[in-house]
Amino acid sequence: MGIKRTENIDLTEKLVSSFLAFQSHVDIDHPVHDIRSEAIRNFEIKGFPNRKEEAWKYTSLGKLQKIDFSIFPKEVNALEYRDVKKYFLHEMDTYKIVFIDGIYSSYLSETTHDGVDICLLSAALNKPIYQPIIELYFNKAANREDSLTSLNTAFSKEGAYIYIPKNKAPIKPIEIIHFATGKESSLMLQPRNLIIAEENAELQIIERHQSLTSNDVLTNAVTEIFAAKNAMVDYYKVQNDKGSASLIDNTYISQKRGSAVHVHTFSFGGNITRNNLNFYQHGERIDSTLKGVTILNKKQHVDHHTLVHHQEPNCESHQDYKGIFGDKATGVFNGKIIVDEVAQKTNAFQQNNNILISDDATINTKPQLEIFADDVKCSHGCTIGQLDEEALFYLRARGIPKKEAQALLMYAFANNVLESVRIPELKLRINKLIAEKLGVHLGFDL
Amino acid sequence: MLRIKNLHAGVEENEILNGIDLEVNPGEVHAIMGPNGSGKSTLAAVIAGKEEFEITDGSIEFEGESLEEASPEDRAHKGIFMSFQYPIEIPGVTVTNFIKTAINESRKARGQEDMPANKMLKLIREKSELLEIDRKFLSRSLNEGFSGGEKKRNEIFQMAMLEPKLAILDETDSGLDIDALRIVAHGVNKLRSKDNAVIVITHYQRLLDYIIPDFVHVLQDGKIVKSGSKELALELEEKGYDWLKDEIVSQ
Repeated sequence: MGIKRTENIDLTEKLVSSFLAFQSHVDIDHPVHDIRSEAIRNFEIKGFPNRKEEAWKYTSLGKLQKIDFSIFPKEVNALEYRDVKKYFLHEMDTYKIVFIDGIYSSYLSETTHDGVDICLLSAALNKPIYQPIIELYFNKAANREDSLTSLNTAFSKEGAYIYIPKNKAPIKPIEIIHFATGKESSLMLQPRNLIIAEENAELQIIERHQSLTSNDVLTNAVTEIFAAKNAMVDYYKVQNDKGSASLIDNTYISQKRGSAVHVHTFSFGGNITRNNLNFYQHGERIDSTLKGVTILNKKQHVDHHTLVHHQEPNCESHQDYKGIFGDKATGVFNGKIIVDEVAQKTNAFQQNNNILISDDATINTKPQLEIFADDVKCSHGCTIGQLDEEALFYLRARGIPKKEAQALLMYAFANNVLESVRIPELKLRINKLIAEKLGVHLGFDL
Repeated sequence: MLRIKNLHAGVEENEILNGIDLEVNPGEVHAIMGPNGSGKSTLAAVIAGKEEFEITDGSIEFEGESLEEASPEDRAHKGIFMSFQYPIEIPGVTVTNFIKTAINESRKARGQEDMPANKMLKLIREKSELLEIDRKFLSRSLNEGFSGGEKKRNEIFQMAMLEPKLAILDETDSGLDIDALRIVAHGVNKLRSKDNAVIVITHYQRLLDYIIPDFVHVLQDGKIVKSGSKELALELEEKGYDWLKDEIVSQ
C-alpha cells in the first residue's frame, strides 16, 4: 500500500515529519516510546480517514487538512482565572487539570496525590513509580488500528492522569479543561488522558475543550478509561466550542465485572465534532450508559459514532441520544452494538431521536446491530421529526410566544437525558446552556 | 365581547364551519352542543387562533377588534382562554413553572412587570385549593403521567390562574368521573363574574347540570341550527340529535 495520498498530503506529511522533532522532547528509552513509534507508522500508512470509508461517510476532514496547523505551540501562554472562569464549573469546588495550548497550567489547576492521583500524564510517564501502571494500562483499551487514535498515541505526552485506588472516591468532581489560545496561529492539539478506577472506586469527571481564539484549532483527543470490578465512573463531555474549533474525540472504555460507566455528551457548538465512543465489556453484570444532547445551528456538524461490545453474559447497555438541528447544521448518529455468541442475557437498548427545525438541516442516523447470541434483548429506534404543532398551539394558547414555546418544547424533548446527570450544579449549567443555545429566556431556571 | 358573524372556516379545501353567527356578552354562559364531527372543537380552535384553520368568510371580533390577524398568544394576552380536550405533556417543566411563565408572558405583553414571587405563590395556593389540587401535584412535570381527570382539573387550574375574560371549555367533561366533574364545575362557577364569559362545548348535557348555561346552541354540519335556553339541552338529552335533524328537514 502506498503512503502517498493526494488530497491530504500536506498535513499528514507534516505530522509524520514533526514526529522526528517531537522525539527530542520525550524520553525515547521509555517503553511508551516503542508504542509511539509503532503508532506513527500506522498513521503514516493509513493517513487521515476519508469519506470513502463507511465510518466517515458523512464527516469530511478534507477542509481541515488544508489548514497549516502548528503542531507544537511555540510559546507558553498564560490565562487569568477571571477571564476563563465561566468555562469552569465554578459554582462548586472541583479538582482541576487545566491545559493551555496543550501545556499544563499549574496556576489554573488543582491536583492531588492525597490517597488518589489526580495529576498529569507527563508526570506519570516520567516518574518510575508510575511505570508499572503505565505498562499495565497505557494504550491497552485504545484501538491500535485506528489512524487518528494512532496519531494521538504517536504524539502522546500530556493530558490528565487519574488513578483511583480500590474503595476510594475523590471528595469532589474532577474537571479536565483544555484551552486553546492559538495566539500564534492555527493549532493542532493531541491531548491524551488515562483514567483508572480500581475495584469499588468511584469518580466523576467533567471534560471540556475550549478555544479562545478565532484561529483554527483541531483537537485530536484520546481518553482511555478503565473501570475495575464494581467501579463507578460518571463522565460528562461539554462540547460548546467556537465555530473555528474542531474536535475528534476518541474515548475507549474498558469495563470489568459489575462496573458502571455513564458517559454524557453535550454537543452545543464547534465546527466539526466527531465523537468515537467505544465501550468494551469484560465481565458480567456491567452497565454501560451513553447519553447525548446535541443542539446545533449555523453550519455546525456533530458526528456521534458509538460502539458497545458485549463480550460476556448478563450485561446491559443503554444509549439515548437526542438531537435538535437548525439552520444548516448537520448531525450523524451511528450506533453499533456487537453481542458476542457467549454474551447471553444481554440487554442492549439504543434510542436516537431528532428534531429538524430548519429545512436546510440534516441528520443521518443509523443503528448497526451485530448480534451473535440468541437469548438477548436488544432494541433500537430512531426518529426524525419536527416540533409537534398541537403542542406548540397549546403553549401559545396559554400566552407563551412562539419562539419561547418552541424552546420549551425542545427543552422538554431533550429533558430525559438530563435527568441522569448526577451533579446538580452541572445539570443547572447544562440547562442554562440549552436555554442560551435555543436563544430564550424562559423566566425560570429550567 | 365576542361577536362571530357568518364565519366560514376549514382546513385546505375542506370547509368545516359553514356560516356561524354567535354573540357572547360579559356575564353570560353559552353552551355549544352537537354530535361528533359537527364542528364544535373546530369552532373553539378557530376562536383560540389555531393556524391550521383558514377563515374563508365572515368575521370574529373580540371587544370590538378583529381577531383575524391575531396569533394564539396575542389572543391569550387579550384574555381568551381555551381548555384543551387533550392537554399536552411537557416533561421537565413543572406545573408551577409553566403557569408562572404563562402569567408573566401575558403581563409582559400588557406592559406589566413580572408578578412578585410571593403574590404568585399566594395565588397558586388559593387556586389549587379551589380545585382541590394537592401541593405535590404542582411540582410534577406538566400533564406527564396525569390521569384524564387530573389533566382536566389542571386545565381549569390554569384558567383560574390566568383569569381570562372569555373561557372556552372544549369537552372538559369527557373522561371525568362525577366527583371530578363536580370539582371542575365548582371551579368554573367560582370564577364566573359579571365581567367574564364562558363557552362550554360538550356532547352531553351532564356538565350543564353543574354549569348552568344562559344559552344553548346546537351545532350541526358547521352551522348553529337551533338556539334556546337551558331547557333545550334537556330536550336534546331526551330526544337525541336526530330529532333535531328531522325537525330541520320538516321545516
